[in-house]
Amino acid sequence: MTRPSSRKLVGAGALLVAGALALTACGGSGFDEPAEEEAGGLTSSDDALSVLIGSSGDAETDAVTDAVAAWSEESGVTAEVQVASDLPQQLSQGFAAGTPADLFYLAPEAIAGYADNGSLQPYGDLLANKDDFYPSLVENFTVDGTFYCAPKDFSTLGLVINTQLWADAGLTDADIPTTWDELATVAKTLTTDDQVGLSFGAEYQRVGAFMAQAGGGLVVDGEPVADSEGSVEGLDYVQTHLKDGTFAYSSDLGAGWGGEALGKELAAMVVEGNWITGAMSADFPDVEYTVAQLPAGPAGQGTLQFTNCWGMAADSPNQEAALDLVEYLTSTEQQLAFSEAFGPMPSIQSAAADWMSANPDLGAFLDGAAYAQFPPNWAGAADVITDLNAQLESLETGNPQEILETAQSNLEAIAE
Amino acid sequence: MSVLASPRDAMPRRAGSPRGIRHGEALAGWLFTLPVLLILGVFLLVPVLMALWVSFSDWSGRGSPLSSGVGFVGLDNYAAVTTGGGLAERDFGIAMRNNAWYVLLVVPLQTGLALFLAVLVNRAVLRGRGVFRTAFYFPSVTSSVAITVLWLFLFSTSGVVNAILARVGIAGPNWFNDPSGVLHNLLGALGVRSGPEALTQHGFLGVSWWDWLAGPSVAMSAFVVMAIFTTSGTFMLLFIAGLQNIGPDIDEAAMMDGANAWQRFWRITLPQLRPTLFTVLTLGLIGCWQVFDQIYTGTQGGPGKTTLTPAYLSYRSAFLSQDWGQGAAIAFILFVIIVLLTILQRWILRERPDVRRRPRRGPRKLTGGNGPGVVEAGAGGPAGGPASEPSAKEDAR
Repeated sequence: MTRPSSRKLVGAGALLVAGALALTACGGSGFDEPAEEEAGGLTSSDDALSVLIGSSGDAETDAVTDAVAAWSEESGVTAEVQVASDLPQQLSQGFAAGTPADLFYLAPEAIAGYADNGSLQPYGDLLANKDDFYPSLVENFTVDGTFYCAPKDFSTLGLVINTQLWADAGLTDADIPTTWDELATVAKTLTTDDQVGLSFGAEYQRVGAFMAQAGGGLVVDGEPVADSEGSVEGLDYVQTHLKDGTFAYSSDLGAGWGGEALGKELAAMVVEGNWITGAMSADFPDVEYTVAQLPAGPAGQGTLQFTNCWGMAADSPNQEAALDLVEYLTSTEQQLAFSEAFGPMPSIQSAAADWMSANPDLGAFLDGAAYAQFPPNWAGAADVITDLNAQLESLETGNPQEILETAQSNLEAIAE
Repeated sequence: MSVLASPRDAMPRRAGSPRGIRHGEALAGWLFTLPVLLILGVFLLVPVLMALWVSFSDWSGRGSPLSSGVGFVGLDNYAAVTTGGGLAERDFGIAMRNNAWYVLLVVPLQTGLALFLAVLVNRAVLRGRGVFRTAFYFPSVTSSVAITVLWLFLFSTSGVVNAILARVGIAGPNWFNDPSGVLHNLLGALGVRSGPEALTQHGFLGVSWWDWLAGPSVAMSAFVVMAIFTTSGTFMLLFIAGLQNIGPDIDEAAMMDGANAWQRFWRITLPQLRPTLFTVLTLGLIGCWQVFDQIYTGTQGGPGKTTLTPAYLSYRSAFLSQDWGQGAAIAFILFVIIVLLTILQRWILRERPDVRRRPRRGPRKLTGGNGPGVVEAGAGGPAGGPASEPSAKEDAR
């Protein structure tokens, strides 16, 4: 405390100088050598590629690693697959440091943020198989009119039914619900002391399907419609049946997600996506289930789709090779191989027939692609959805109109 | 630091430095501390300064924040989270609400429990003290991630805690999925389900006063219990060290004067533990305001954002939403809050003049202490010049 203040100053000065030196060292790299640009605006060099993925497990890791290795052999470009433990964080670190992975899994809710700060290289229009992708998936990865990246695969929500419990309740295939009323009826039939009729996670990513079936949603055709009549009607329907006990959130049943509720026979039906197949065969191999399309609401059929794309870094020194790898990875053959390994559906229409014949029992998921909505991909939309989910958790006692009005005002604040 | 700065050291150095054999000491001192200064500078000071800059900039997360394309935006980021009126402000308000309740519950409870355990374990008559000390300290050496995972199992809907509650006829809540506030639940049990208009129509940081008063959610309460469970062992050790530095003399004197055990604890032991208490409260306060890893591994802010904390929100704004400026701004607001609360607490725990005079009657040989004297010099407040130092130490003993 009595140390002469001049020394303090000298010390602080020394630190600042050292700090400044360190900073210039960090700041310099990544900017001084703009990689050479070629036709189409993509860079090209001899550099090896790095591919960063957020893997669901060994099956996915192995499948991607094998596919990338096969491409490497074919093209002569070295490529390495890394599995991220926390993908958004590792991506952000890479972009900040100026040394991102060349290709990476990218979620639609993250795309706008990275596109805004220039981290992403849009390459959608350069893809040879561009027109083969489902239009709604292309829309999902389009920001400000630019198609940024190739959808790597996708999933939709369907109605997954426990076959045994279904038969025990005296129901047959003819009873599979196609309307909200029928759904309510079978859910009531299936509800007993030990199980509920229908279960799903307490989040927009499941409940949103009901909003879509009533003609609502969060963002439809680029307009925020969260507090539209359809959205409110969808939540009202869910709330009614949460109250009468025939529907229940999986968390309220003590299950982490719908698949667990189905596997543990806490629910006879769940709303889940096609990722459930892998989980069921791994964790509950003895539980039999069938998949149906979600029933139609007042405004017709509706479901949600989920997808990721192969993001390409603007700072990548070898984008041409990366584009070639993306085309290889999204080819029919590779997507079918991925689908077999870890479950998602191919993002290209030309693979649909092959996929259907390979997975006859899961056709309902692919049928959903025709009418699926997707969560908004605006910058800041993830926060809006998080906020909405927080309120959906107490939907049973809440007011759907108020919940959706909050979501609407949050969406309008970030509207493009 | 306080040892270096103690007045007794400074006096001769100042007198001797211009001439004589102590000439090179300052240089040598700097040389010896240089490695640490460099490491701290590069890995602590520079990142902190960069973060401070980011909080005033529009850096978007790509490339260096010091590159030419990044602009200065003044207090915009701070304004967005405190007065913006949008989702960012409300999220920050909710996070502050959650963490304030967490601090309010954890800090007093863990300090009280730690002190209680320390007094118990410090008793000479207790058999197998070592075993108890180890047992109480054990949660502190375990990784918080491991304990969080354990907690998720214990407090799951069909977990051990609820099974035990069911034994005694209580239907346990759905712990980590229950967003309802504990105080709101209590009021609800009394029939009050919605607040008066004065509370619901007005608010602070986008959260109505009624929601500020919701109390910690059931999910947050589980984290509160966990924090108390894990950290009270560490603070127990600090209290034991403090207790062992207190000589038996004053205690015996008080016993001769007819004070009972309760009075001796409150009037003799606790005042002498003041420096330790300050340390424990400060460390507890800082740790509680920075709670992150439990949230990151456990609930990610859910259910219903009721376990969202400023530290986690800062991470989420920056890494997930690409609002780097706001993330950094939240971190610095948190820093200011911690500093202010520490100053406030130091002021509350300051040595009051009337309290200091009384123990002076004690024998002078007591001043020969070492351990707590160091803490005392840092925490002792008005002990300024060399002349006042012996008496300050005496107070501590």
